Amino acid sequence: MDSIYIKKHIGASEIIGPLLIVDGVMGVGFGELIEIEQKGMKRLGRVLEVEGERAVCQIFAGTSGIDRERVRVRFTGSSMKLPVSEEMVGRTFDGLGIPIDGGGDIVGEEERDINGYPLNPDAREYPRDNILSGISAIDGLATLIRGQKLPIFSGSGLPHNEIAAQIVNQAKISKEEDFYIIFAGLGIKADDASFFLRKFEEGGALGRLITFLNLADSPSVERLITPRCALTVAEYLAFKKNKHVLVIMSDLTNYCEALREVSSARGEVPSRKGYPGYLYSDLSTIYERTGRVEGKKGSITQIPILTMPNDDITHPIPDLTGYITEGQIVLSRELHQKGIYPPIDILSSLSRLMKDGIGEGHTRKDHPNLCSQLYASYSRVARVRSLATIIGEEELSETDRSYIKFGDAFEKEFLNQGKTEIRSIEDTLKLGWKILGNLPESELARVSKEEIEEYWSK
Amino acid sequence: MGEGTIFRISGPIVVSKETYDIVMNEEVRVGDEELIGEVIEINGDKAVIQVYEDTTGIRPGARVFGTGSLLSVELGPGLISQTFDGIQRPLTIIKKEHGIFIKRGAKSPPLPRNMEWDVDIHLKEGNEVHSNTIIGVVKETSIVNHKILIPPGISGKVVEIIEASSYKVDDPICIVEGEDGVKKELSLFHRWPVRKKRPFRKRFPPEEILFTGQRVIDFIFPIAKGGVAAIPGGFGTGKTVTQHSLAKWADADIIIYIGCGERGNEMAQVLEEFPLLKDPRSKKSIMERTILIANTSNMPVTARESSIYTGITIAEYYRDMGYDVALMADSTSRWAEALREISGRMEEMPAERGYPAYLGTRLAEFYERGGRMEVAEGRVGSVSIIGAVSPPGGDFSEPVTTNTKRFVRAFWVLDTRLAYSRHYPAISWTDSYSEYFDEISTWWEEQDVPIRELRGRVMEVLHEEKKLLQIVQLVGEGALPERERLTLKEAELIREGFLQQNALSVDAYCSPAKQYRMIKIILDFGEGALDLLERGVPLFKIIELPIFSEIKRMGMEIPNEKTDKFDELEGKVKEEFERLKSEYG
Ligand SMILES: Nc1ncnc2c1ncn2[C@@H]1O[C@H](COP(=O)(O)OP(=O)(O)O)[C@@H](O)[C@H]1O
Ligand SMILES: [Mg+2]
Repeated sequence: MDSIYIKKHIGASEIIGPLLIVDGVMGVGFGELIEIEQKGMKRLGRVLEVEGERAVCQIFAGTSGIDRERVRVRFTGSSMKLPVSEEMVGRTFDGLGIPIDGGGDIVGEEERDINGYPLNPDAREYPRDNILSGISAIDGLATLIRGQKLPIFSGSGLPHNEIAAQIVNQAKISKEEDFYIIFAGLGIKADDASFFLRKFEEGGALGRLITFLNLADSPSVERLITPRCALTVAEYLAFKKNKHVLVIMSDLTNYCEALREVSSARGEVPSRKGYPGYLYSDLSTIYERTGRVEGKKGSITQIPILTMPNDDITHPIPDLTGYITEGQIVLSRELHQKGIYPPIDILSSLSRLMKDGIGEGHTRKDHPNLCSQLYASYSRVARVRSLATIIGEEELSETDRSYIKFGDAFEKEFLNQGKTEIRSIEDTLKLGWKILGNLPESELARVSKEEIEEYWSK
Repeated sequence: MGEGTIFRISGPIVVSKETYDIVMNEEVRVGDEELIGEVIEINGDKAVIQVYEDTTGIRPGARVFGTGSLLSVELGPGLISQTFDGIQRPLTIIKKEHGIFIKRGAKSPPLPRNMEWDVDIHLKEGNEVHSNTIIGVVKETSIVNHKILIPPGISGKVVEIIEASSYKVDDPICIVEGEDGVKKELSLFHRWPVRKKRPFRKRFPPEEILFTGQRVIDFIFPIAKGGVAAIPGGFGTGKTVTQHSLAKWADADIIIYIGCGERGNEMAQVLEEFPLLKDPRSKKSIMERTILIANTSNMPVTARESSIYTGITIAEYYRDMGYDVALMADSTSRWAEALREISGRMEEMPAERGYPAYLGTRLAEFYERGGRMEVAEGRVGSVSIIGAVSPPGGDFSEPVTTNTKRFVRAFWVLDTRLAYSRHYPAISWTDSYSEYFDEISTWWEEQDVPIRELRGRVMEVLHEEKKLLQIVQLVGEGALPERERLTLKEAELIREGFLQQNALSVDAYCSPAKQYRMIKIILDFGEGALDLLERGVPLFKIIELPIFSEIKRMGMEIPNEKTDKFDELEGKVKEEFERLKSEYG
């Protein structure tokens, strides 16, 4: 388009980590896409800062092997664009949105800036339709809503991939015609990528899947682009083509590390643990590209997966994520070691949007109170258990003993389920009431008298 | 007007050189798309400008133009029930003109120019006027009478009233001649620089409660009209739900709600929910007294920084009309982080955790704009401020929390453990405090509620419980004497039956009468039960009474207006206690 803005330059004055610093170029635009070439090898990059005739550029594929004096730099005069069309469905791309499945280039119906634009908050529609996954812990206690961003906080070695795949395959949505899944791998192992692809195939979702892969051995800085490519397609499909789109991204921890790498190469003042002060703002430009808007049928739902370094939920990555997303599903190593699947730590998990997507007209009228009762009762279990280890179970009061029984039933019967087992919401609620049968009626203050009469039995 | 040439661009911060005739905090236009910016530093012929829109594509050599005025907001009728972004762009109008995404360069005046207002003019030619004199009154919504004010800094004599059957906001309404003989034409609106606090005559100590309908606040940690409070808490502990509850139910005349760097879906929720809710006093939609400022986390970080000032300036304007305004800012931490990010881009020397050294000063300036003030002869208005604080990792020793604590007088600490066990609102009764309690307790006493005594008893029982639980953790409850176990049960009633309040239920708003009846039943139960214990009734007999769990549920099951249900419940407690008494007597 703006061909007058295309500029060519030979040689850089400095290379620092993934950064290339070019001097003596006039009129380079902030944020524009660059292409560098050396011995026929092309790499893409982006301008991070301009000062007079100096441009600080980030090279997605890294700078290794680049000859400072000979490198040719082409400033393209515009920001990075991705051609999008419905033809992308069923295809696989690399982390920069280039096809890698041998199926040829995408002829875009249009080209979109991968950074997108912020949605006008006034154009949003508040999400209200649930997506039932057939998993009791999620449907019953942390219901997923269409248009929600609900991450899985996991740890290395925990079955987050299985859970994500189970949600996708069991959510009835995956059988819907106008439903698409976008999977973005951010620095994940090839094994994990093929696990997902296999699972999506088993679930019959392959024909509605778009995959972007930046693998563990792909250039790390490229990861900063991958989620933006995925979400650019998602916005096109949801708000132009009226489709429902579920975006699964794994692992955001790798994304944040790449961001830290660039920031430290720039010599920026870090905030916590070396991560830049703008990590929150940066993550929000990914997570907030979710939701529903007025007058459009489509929606974008996100399930980002991240591994908490040292299982620490206060680490900046899960912490800042939790501040942006609409809740979180937290996995527990302790439950995993007890053999419970899915090992969801209910007490620290939360779905902020579930309140308007459950109850009468959505699931069943007793659902909100039952959910609140299960939470309250299970939170007491931990206290009673620790008391029991001190004074012995026999010394517990009768009520406390009933909490021990309730806690075991909660974990073994309610939480625990098979990796392909689909529980209907009625079954989940029934099970919830059943395990409450371990407690005396006087302990059930969160449910109403009528509900006790209708659903509860000793 | 001033001009300059861009030579450096780093995210939302651009620097111009060869700049002339530009002043600090002046609003400027940047580049061909005329992006909105503000001068935040001047050094020789260099000016540092923060741009309120995405700067992608801006090149060195692009021009900067001054607008001749400081970054300001428009103040006049038509503000209420609108949603603005951080620099007061009207989001509903922007949506109509530009679609679902906010594209660059979108501009529209905040106050609709085509709307006609009937004005009941109070002035006559020849009247002496000064700052904040009422020119006339406009019915802005069915519950807000918008007073058209002489802007601060203007005084003199009315030389002409321009009569008309109705006025657009920019139509002239009167002409005032100052002592210097200069004539000024005034209209229904004026502009005011956001970073400058609006002047007032005198500050008064707060004395009246800002009633919120939230039991743990009104009864235990109250806030006064003109008071300043903070709600710190980790993610998911209930800051936003609490802020929403206050915006819905607080007995303020005007609500300013600032969504500062938070979620888009939360703003959507407010926009859908508020118009449908009725204010318990006026019975009108609460949107008719509400103004929203929405700068979600993915919108430019610079506009997040300004959103706080835009909000507080509008709040002061309604205060000047004599209203009680309540402002909620969710979250002030995002604002502080915006300061940090901008400061970093300007390569300033960082202080603690990368925040600029002036963080404390900025926070103080913001909270100091709250208060109860005399704004004109005999006219008093107030701005109450409630700021959410989001400490990283839930660590309250971080700079935003500690600095905020220095400037607020009510501090509602949200406890992660309470939130995890779904005790909502998760306001900790051990770590929170309010310095307004003494000032506002007369408000309760005037309604014959012996608040000091009741609150004293509540705190005593909760304190006792904390001590006893430490013992229980070592030896089990069974080892405690019955009397102490009763204290534990009474504390359980206070926590579950009184302090907990589900914002998503009929219990969302609790009237003063209901608050009193609830706490009275619980404390009477405790007292009566103690009497029974002394008569030899075993504790389990008392606890197994169905009224025990009925009391825990009364908040949910008894609506505000059904006070007869409390009589019934009280009757039942008496009856059952009498029965036990005679059984063991
Ligand atoms: N008073 C309350 N009543 C009922 N639920 C609440 C209350 N306060 C918080 N919650 C629950 O906690 C969740 C998180 O609250 P929120 O205010 O969004 O947290 P924060 O803003 O601190 O991250 C809400 O979605 C809601 O489910
Ligand atoms: Mg919040």
